Order: sequence, then C-alpha cells, then structure tokens
Amino acid sequence: MTGAPSTAFPAVSPRPKPRPGTTDRHGPWRRVQPVVALLAVAALIGVPLWIVVITAGKSQGEALNPDLTLPSTWQYGANFSEVWQQGRVPMAFFGSLLIMVPAVIGVLVLGSLASWILARRKSRVMAVFYALAISGIVLPPAVVTIVLLLRQLGLAGTAIGMIGVYMGMYMSTVIFFVTGFVRTVPIELEEAARIDGAGPVRVFRTVILPLLVPVLSTATILICLYVWNDVFYAFFVVGGRLDTLPLNLFQVASAGAYLNNWHLIFAYVILMSLPLLIVFTFAQRRIISGITSGAVK
Amino acid sequence: MSTQTRTPRRPVGILSRRGDAARTPRVGVRQRGAYPAAFLVPAFAVLGLFFFLPTIYNFVYALTSWSSFSSSIHFVGLQNVEDLVSSGALFTSLRITVTYAVLVAILQNVFGLLLALLLERDTRVNRFARVMFFIPVIMSALAVGYVFQAILKPTGALNTIFGAVLGHAVTVPWLGSTAWTLVVVALIHAWKWMGLSMLIYLAGLKTINEDVLEAARLDGASAWATFRDIRFPLLAPAITFNVATALLGSMNGFDVVQATTGGGPARSTEVLNIFIFRTFGQGLFAQATTMSLVLFLVVATLAFPVIRVLRKREEVL
Repeated sequence: MTGAPSTAFPAVSPRPKPRPGTTDRHGPWRRVQPVVALLAVAALIGVPLWIVVITAGKSQGEALNPDLTLPSTWQYGANFSEVWQQGRVPMAFFGSLLIMVPAVIGVLVLGSLASWILARRKSRVMAVFYALAISGIVLPPAVVTIVLLLRQLGLAGTAIGMIGVYMGMYMSTVIFFVTGFVRTVPIELEEAARIDGAGPVRVFRTVILPLLVPVLSTATILICLYVWNDVFYAFFVVGGRLDTLPLNLFQVASAGAYLNNWHLIFAYVILMSLPLLIVFTFAQRRIISGITSGAVK
Repeated sequence: MSTQTRTPRRPVGILSRRGDAARTPRVGVRQRGAYPAAFLVPAFAVLGLFFFLPTIYNFVYALTSWSSFSSSIHFVGLQNVEDLVSSGALFTSLRITVTYAVLVAILQNVFGLLLALLLERDTRVNRFARVMFFIPVIMSALAVGYVFQAILKPTGALNTIFGAVLGHAVTVPWLGSTAWTLVVVALIHAWKWMGLSMLIYLAGLKTINEDVLEAARLDGASAWATFRDIRFPLLAPAITFNVATALLGSMNGFDVVQATTGGGPARSTEVLNIFIFRTFGQGLFAQATTMSLVLFLVVATLAFPVIRVLRKREEVL
C-alpha cells in the first residue's frame, strides 16, 4: 500500500526515478540485453544441440550416458554408415518425398481453387461450406477409421492412401489461409481479365494464382513441416509397409533404446533433421516473415 | 453441388468484408459463370472422402465389436464406452490429456511471450537468437522427444550439469515420477513450439503503434505499466491465435509423449492418442475408435468457441 501513491501519480513525483521505463529502454538494459539473449540461446538451444552433435560422434560405450564431454575418438563415419543401413535412410528419404511432394502440391492446388470460389460467392450455402471446410483446422482426424476406409478403398498401406489422408487433413489450413487472402484481392483485377474474354480457369491461373504466391508459400512451409515430421498418422496408414524418415527413426529408436544405442539414435536425428535445416538456413528470412505475416494478418 | 448454383446471391453478414463497399453489386447469373461451383468439387471430394467420411465412421464403429480377433463385425451398442468407463481408462486418459493441453498452452505462451519481449529490438544478436529458437520448431517432435529422453535420464546430461554446479551427484529421475513427469513432458512440448509462439508475438508487438508507446513514456509510465496496460491488451489477437493452436494442437499430441515416456511411468502420461495407438496395436480396434471419438467430441466442444473467435479475428483484420 505504501508504494501505491507513487505509481498512481507518477508524473507528480519529484524524484528523478519516476520514469523507469525510459531509463530501462535506453540505459543498462540496452547493454545487458544482448548478453541475456545469447545466454538464453546457449542454455536453451545450444546445450541440447551440442549434446546431439557430440553424442552422434561417440562410441556406444561413451554415448551410454549422453553428456557435454567431447568423444575420445570421433566416430561419425561409423555411426552414420551404420544408421544409414539400419534405418534404411535412402528408402525412407525417398518415401518421405514421395508422400510429401504430391500431398503438398495437391492440397495447395485444390485448396486454392476452392478458396477462390468460397471467397467470391456470397450465399448462406457458401458460408456453411466455408465453415465445414475450415472445421478441419481444429478437429482431429479419425485416425482409426481412416485405416478401415483405406482398406475398403484398396488403398491401405499405399502412398496414394497416405497422400489422400494428408490432403484431407491440411485442406482446411489451405482454405482458411487462402480464402482470407483472396478476400483482400480487389475484384477489379479479375474483371479486367474477364472483359478481355478470359474464362474462369484462365482468370484463376493468370490473375489469382500469381497473387497467391506469398500466402501459398507460407502454407507450403507449414504443411511441409507437419507432413515431413509426422509419425502418428503414418503409423496407422503406412506403418510397416512404407519407409518414411520419422517411421524409421521410431524403429531405430525402439530397437536402440533397449540397447542404449544413443549414438545411433542421435546420428539418425541429425540425418533426418538436415534436409529441413538446410532449407531453413538458406530461406530463414522468408520463412520467418512468411509465417508471421500469415498468422497475424 | 447442384443446389448451390440455384441459391440467389445474398450478402451474409458473416462473409461481408471491408472490400465489399468498393465492389459493385453483381447479379447472380454473372457470378455463377465467373465463379463456377465445379471448382469446389475436387477439394470437397478429398475433404469428404478422407476427412468427413472417417469421422462419420467413427460414430458407427465405436458401437461395434470391430477387432483383429474376429472377422465379423457386429453391433454392440455402448458396450465399448461402458468398458472404457468401468476400467477407468476413459476418464484417466481424458484428465491426463486436458491437463497436458492446458500445461502446454500456458508454458508455450509464457515462454513465447518472454522470448518475444526479450528479442523485440531489431538487432543482429536478436535476429540470430530468433533463428536459433526456431530450430526446435522445424525439428521432428519425435526426434526432440528422444533427445530429451537421453538428456533427462537419471545418469543423463541435466543431472551431470546440476551435479557439477552443486558439487555432489544428482540422480533425479526426471521422467520417472507418476506425479511430475506429465509436467516435464509438457515442458518439452512447450520448448519445441515456443519459437513459433515467439514469432507470432513478435509480429503482434510490431503492429502496436509507436506513438502510443511514446505517449505512455512521456506520461511517465514504467516499462511494466506500459506492458500491462497497453502492449498486453493490444496483443489480444496474437494471444488468441497462440493459445487456441497450442491448446487444440496438444490435445491431439502424440510424438513428444511417445518418444519421452511412451505413456509411462504407470500410464501417468498416457494421453488419448497414446491410448489409441496402444489399443490399436493390441488389435482392439473398436476401443481405439471409441477413444478417437471421445477425442473428437472433446475437441469439437472446445473448438466451436475457438472457430468463432478465429473468424471474428479474421473479420477485424
């Protein structure tokens, strides 16, 4: 209670301290902040990453209890080649790509086509359709009965089945992002093309699609991230039938955890994370700005 | 699909956007030709077949005896629900899932907001730090889980570090407590996704008008008062988005829990998806379906208010 008056009437206070905000922002905090930021990075991100990188280079015995010490002899070559075979990395990489690329392209094309219509036609029915279409953003997919359905369709355990499931799961995300974006595109741009005699397909391809590039690249990043790293749905749909990187990580780890093969598990973690990390290093500025603008706009 | 082509164009409040005023009113015929409903067909076919149909199946097969032990499937009514209730699995899993989701939503947002406030200024150090904090987001959650399983072992790196600082051996089984492991796993989940929340909060902070902050500064408001009375309320859209996605996303969580504890110790971290995964693996398909339906119903109940909020937010912007 004693401090209350000074905070309630800070401007009246005659002491030189009444503007801690000002001093904070331009004073010592300005010099301390970079140190705090770097310490936070080192403690929260640096230490775990360091452990991954050095443990992947250790022998089985040294990796038994992962810690911060350097390996006595570096075994990257041996560990990577062992895990390369045990985890069938080339097949898994190919399997992950085989599923991700068609799923992402398919969901973007079909999703933006539908979004254009949903954004432009205004009726009660369209409002219902839109609500249905975006409900999948939050509703969890029925993972068990998807297996049954795919069996009935003859797609159980196939890449096509998995692609369909991912498209169904992320269609909502695409429609939500793209519909919101199309509504901000002035309709006059389309009218001009239409007066020139362009049909709907051409208007969509030549006018709308090029304008969608920023929002579609954000959606691409997010969906690639989810599909590339997904293991739960892959388990149910293609587990044991097809290799993907996360599925094989699970295999390597399930076999390795009992044997305490942390060096192999961590080597696999590195191999698996590298493709996305490389893409991220080169495109981080665009990725970060894409995600932030997509989420807040 | 044919029914909607006959629906007359009518601006519905929920769909009207700021651009509408500038647009000229159009007649229905022209709109139908320019925006053919056929363009909706492929997307809705995929959605219907791979998303809505399995969801409808969920309601049907939860009432059957579907399992790997018998080739015939027959109707058993609410037998599965009764079994899950009487074994206690239903409410235990539900309680664990909701606790986990709430913990993740709180932790991820507190970390994300703190990081955003720490790294707000556009300096080289901060840009570097933001990139570093985003690395866990692009890593596989399964991989993150395994990494932390190794770090948090009783003889793992964290205890070694604590031991070195404290000067005596520390052997806390971080993932071995039936009471606290759920919190530890939620912390790992929050660690993995805090970079994403941070980015969204950073974007939210950027949208705040600099003049307002300057005015507050001239009025002598402290940094804390500025945050509490101006910046925090203005972050509302970012908070809504972050809390909603973290809460509903972690209700559907699996990878981190599976990789760190697999649902243990003593099933104390067995969230719904772990239960579904385990019972499916045991061939108890109908039980797994029933739990999947429970998850669907719980998320749907929570989601409808969330969708409303998201759509409102979209209208404002």
